[in-house]
Amino acid sequence: MVKVKVIERPVPTVSTEIYLKEVLKGMGVSAKHFFQGITTQKNLVTTQYPEEKRPYPKRFRGHHRLMKREDGSARCVACYMCATACPSHCITIEAGEREEPYIQKYPRKFEIDYLKCVFCGFCVDACPQDAIRMDSDKHRIPAYTRQDEMAGNIDLLKLGGLSQARQGGKWS
Amino acid sequence: MNWNIVLAATIKWVFMVLVFGLGVAGILTWVERKMSAVIQDRVGPNRASILGFRMLGLFHPLADAIKAFTKEDFVPDGANRVLFFLAPLIALVPGMLAFAVLPFGPGDNLVIANMDSGIIALLAITSFGIYGATLGGWSSNNAFAMLGSLRAAAQMISYEVSMGLNLVGMFMVFGTLSFSQIVYAQGHLLGGWLPEWGIVVQPLAFILFMAAALAENKRAPFDLPEGESEIIGYNVEYSSMRFATFFLSEFFEVVLIAAIVTVLFLGGWQIPWLDPKGIAGGWIRVLQVGAFVVKTLFVIWVMMLARWTLPRFRYDQVMKLGWKIILPLSLLNILVTAIVLAML
Repeated sequence: MVKVKVIERPVPTVSTEIYLKEVLKGMGVSAKHFFQGITTQKNLVTTQYPEEKRPYPKRFRGHHRLMKREDGSARCVACYMCATACPSHCITIEAGEREEPYIQKYPRKFEIDYLKCVFCGFCVDACPQDAIRMDSDKHRIPAYTRQDEMAGNIDLLKLGGLSQARQGGKWS
Repeated sequence: MNWNIVLAATIKWVFMVLVFGLGVAGILTWVERKMSAVIQDRVGPNRASILGFRMLGLFHPLADAIKAFTKEDFVPDGANRVLFFLAPLIALVPGMLAFAVLPFGPGDNLVIANMDSGIIALLAITSFGIYGATLGGWSSNNAFAMLGSLRAAAQMISYEVSMGLNLVGMFMVFGTLSFSQIVYAQGHLLGGWLPEWGIVVQPLAFILFMAAALAENKRAPFDLPEGESEIIGYNVEYSSMRFATFFLSEFFEVVLIAAIVTVLFLGGWQIPWLDPKGIAGGWIRVLQVGAFVVKTLFVIWVMMLARWTLPRFRYDQVMKLGWKIILPLSLLNILVTAIVLAML
């Protein structure tokens, strides 16, 4: 048996049909809010935006950042997983060769075209090295030229931090 | 021609219409937004600043005026240019003229034209206000503006009748058509304690008059001619200062209606239970004009409260309310008043 919640419909009575009493009641509510509003600032729902900002939710996907190793270089190993996962093809990676035996590649160029990026977070999911994250709590700030909308690896590294994840597979 | 009279009338006109009427109307553009915000638990306009002073957003009307003056003055194709230019003025001027007959205080000095038939003159002048909205909508060659102006014409003509009829009861009770005389008569105390204000002797007429006046004024809940969400209204094609003039005329009419209600129903400049002999010379005048202003502002506040409380009526509801409810009730009010007066 499905439980149905029956809501009582207000039945029009003489006093509601005359409408005047209801009008006064409604104006009373407005007046209450009015006096509340001018005496206390308690019930305000407004955020005064540029001065006060609402905190971002914990899982907010913001501007990308490239994580760093202890020596300050990018953790990225230029595996192209993020570029492959990216639905809008906004990530351009050019791999360079490293001298180290276990991690052989590094991104010579790691560029995100923010005119194309849809902030889906697939690149973060795809990354096997915890090298790219979107938890920077920053919006992408609009730019005046198309060139400025391309964030290169230097920009992305500036936001980056140290990652504690182990890197380099079983040989390291 | 007696130039002294002209000079005196001009000075009075400047103070009553330009300083009080237009001043309050200008501030009302801010009050409307701020009050709606406060009622809806928001903050409202507070950004416009001069040298860092924000003053609760009181500079917004100033900013609006600068903006209105500097924007493009657009005239649509196929518009009747003469009427298009004239319409905002026709909307604004009758309200300004109507202030001439309202007494701000006792005596001849505080009213521009102390006419014996003041109420008739007032009704005649305010009826011209229809032309502004109607011609504005018609001349701008736009279907929505046309609809708005048709609604304005129908609505204002409908409510004009009830507005006039509600005042008939007032003539009958006070036995005069002069605003000054009516205010003097409202100074009596009924039974020694109850001021004989219009709202006391004609309560039904007060309510009906307020409703009809709101409708006459094209403000919510009767803002069908404007109807922002359905048709944008008779002023849809207007821009820059002409649009601002339409808006100013609307707010000016709010002030005017509030002043009329104050004079007719709330005792005008009368301060009940105050013995004028106790106060020296000119100060009693100041107090009385102050009472008039305070009462007017209170009525404006009530009208604003109604505007931000009630949703817009449907068009057929407006017509039904006007012709089938307010008009018969006004007639009934006249009948009852006549019977009571005959029996007294």
